[in-house]
Amino acid sequence: MNIAVLLRAVPDPVEELELDGADLDRDFLGYVLNEFDDHALEEGLLLKEETGGSVTVYALGMADEVEQMLHTAIAKGADAGKKLGDDLDPVDAHGQAAVFVEALGEGNYDLVLSGVQASDEIDGQVAMLVAAGLGLPHVSVVVGTTPGDGSVRVTKEYWAGITADYDVALPAVLGIQTAREAPRYVAVARIRQAQESGALEDVDIDQPDNMSGVTITDMRLPDEGEGAEMIEGDEEAAADKVLELLQAAGVR
Amino acid sequence: MSNDVLVFVEHLNGEVTDATYELLATARKLAGQTGGSVTAAVIGTGAASLAGGLGGADQILVADTDALGAFNPQGHAEMFASLVTSRQPRVTLVPYTSVGMDVGNHVAAATSQPLVSYCLKVDAGDALTATCQLYSGKVEADVRVDGDTAVFAMLAGAAPADGGRSGGAGAVETIDATVPDLAVSFVGIAEPEAGDVDITAEDILVAIGRGIESEDNIEEAQELADALGAALAASRPIIDQGWLPKTRQVGKSGLAVKPKVYLALGISGAPEHLEGMRDSSVIIAVNSDPQAPIFGVAHYGWAGDLFDFIPELTDRLEG
Ligand SMILES: Cc1cc2nc3c(=O)[nH]c(=O)nc-3n(C[C@H](O)[C@H](O)[C@H](O)COP(=O)(O)OP(=O)(O)OC[C@H]3O[C@@H](n4cnc5c(N)ncnc54)[C@H](O)[C@@H]3O)c2cc1C
Ligand SMILES: Nc1ncnc2c1ncn2[C@@H]1O[C@H](COP(=O)(O)O)[C@@H](O)[C@H]1O
Repeated sequence: MNIAVLLRAVPDPVEELELDGADLDRDFLGYVLNEFDDHALEEGLLLKEETGGSVTVYALGMADEVEQMLHTAIAKGADAGKKLGDDLDPVDAHGQAAVFVEALGEGNYDLVLSGVQASDEIDGQVAMLVAAGLGLPHVSVVVGTTPGDGSVRVTKEYWAGITADYDVALPAVLGIQTAREAPRYVAVARIRQAQESGALEDVDIDQPDNMSGVTITDMRLPDEGEGAEMIEGDEEAAADKVLELLQAAGVR
Repeated sequence: MSNDVLVFVEHLNGEVTDATYELLATARKLAGQTGGSVTAAVIGTGAASLAGGLGGADQILVADTDALGAFNPQGHAEMFASLVTSRQPRVTLVPYTSVGMDVGNHVAAATSQPLVSYCLKVDAGDALTATCQLYSGKVEADVRVDGDTAVFAMLAGAAPADGGRSGGAGAVETIDATVPDLAVSFVGIAEPEAGDVDITAEDILVAIGRGIESEDNIEEAQELADALGAALAASRPIIDQGWLPKTRQVGKSGLAVKPKVYLALGISGAPEHLEGMRDSSVIIAVNSDPQAPIFGVAHYGWAGDLFDFIPELTDRLEG
């Protein structure tokens, strides 16, 4: 099976976010691989191990970290990587999808995998917009795949642990929530090898346009002081107060 | 374009989901603003028998067919998209759920309409506007739709479900239920196996998130839970790592819980987690990040290290 996996750099969720008008202040923002994309990559690598074929990873060059992200994926077992553009400004999900649709067109992939969502996709999920652009069937919230003959059986999660299985004719696009197995780790030495392997290709593209028809007019951090009554002091004070709260709730 | 609001009816195992009633509540408000009516479309197995429960809609379009299984990501999406094309609603609402994600994205793409995701609130005055939650609940954004029509994917809890159970005319119209050619076929549905503990029946839950860092540290949280007579629950990443069974997962794709006390340790408070626990009687959160969104729903919070906090509380309970 020849598989493309779309990777996306998202603002590091552990970082404190600051705003600049109607966007994040991106000057000092660190980026990491979107957590669900890591699962998409893992599922892709597992499918390749089962069926043969190849995994090619794609990412837009929207952050310095993207190159490292692609090299890490190659170190984990992807055969090739394509970095689309360099130093691009952020672009909405529709704009990203349009770039991927164009880039994937020639690839003749059996399967395109992407993370089920990214935390900034206000205008929709890239995987499914790509499916629409390529005219392919898609299933989102996928938590496992089994290769079949000209098709793939996918497990989609609904809620409350309920899942359903589908047979999806190939080619198709899947939005992966969780891989069958936890994403693999890779040694730094392997990433260094990947950096020297020449498997990563820089593809020149123009800055994509926003295409969503949706304009963000304001962004806010949740109001401070709204919500929880904050316990002051150290861990001892915190434990004392929580014990008191447990007693007040009648569970202690 | 009409002034109507079209709602996708999500249903499973013969029941309309709460998410749908929440959409209908939002739709009633929007129809008041546009001067249009609320149309609900129910597609698939048992559709005809579900129409009676949709009194929050003015018209109910029923496409009853068994050919789609419980839900078909392609079939439901394409059939709903053709309704959007023929009825031309000003606003189309889908739930931001596993089902709604397949439908909403497809419909927006197939009808070339903007899609607004992660919505908490929508308004249909002169322009279509919405308030959305981005970056896992850390940021709230106001958005404006450039055109006259759009699809909105609503987060759970955006409106009270009870507001969508009645108030409409409830007229039923049977529509063409011909299923398109499908590349996606439904095979079957699987209910989760019962776990050793039913977290929905516990008075106290100690819930751990990615802040627990490693599988080895779970023991420490379990000790605290034991000292409290509580059960251990978790956010999704803990389950996905295989550190706790799926039956312990709280949230959108896990279970909804309402214990007397919910102690959240190292959980950031993504919307997908919050929808499973926000109705707990007392929520206490410990998180080293004072800006973590979990503090927005917690009643009490301590901004600090869970590894400092756990032994202190365990000591007091055991001592
Ligand atoms: C379709 C779909 C369904 C989903 N369903 C669910 C679901 O059912 N349930 C669910 O939980 N998630 C679900 N998610 C995932 C959700 O989006 C988040 O990724 C997840 O809730 C994050 O879990 P977390 O808070 O444990 O991790 P993170 O967001 O990584 O947060 C970890 C937190 O721990 C804090 N921390 C770190 N170290 C310490 C320390 N030493 N002491 C104190 N605090 C510390 C950090 O400040 C941070 O706030 C779903 C996602 C999708 C796309
Ligand atoms: N599991 C992974 N898969 C792909 N890329 C990763 C992974 N972990 C880290 N990265 C990327 O590598 C960069 C450096 O990560 P680290 O080595 O953890 O500091 C991050 O910014 C990510 O872009």
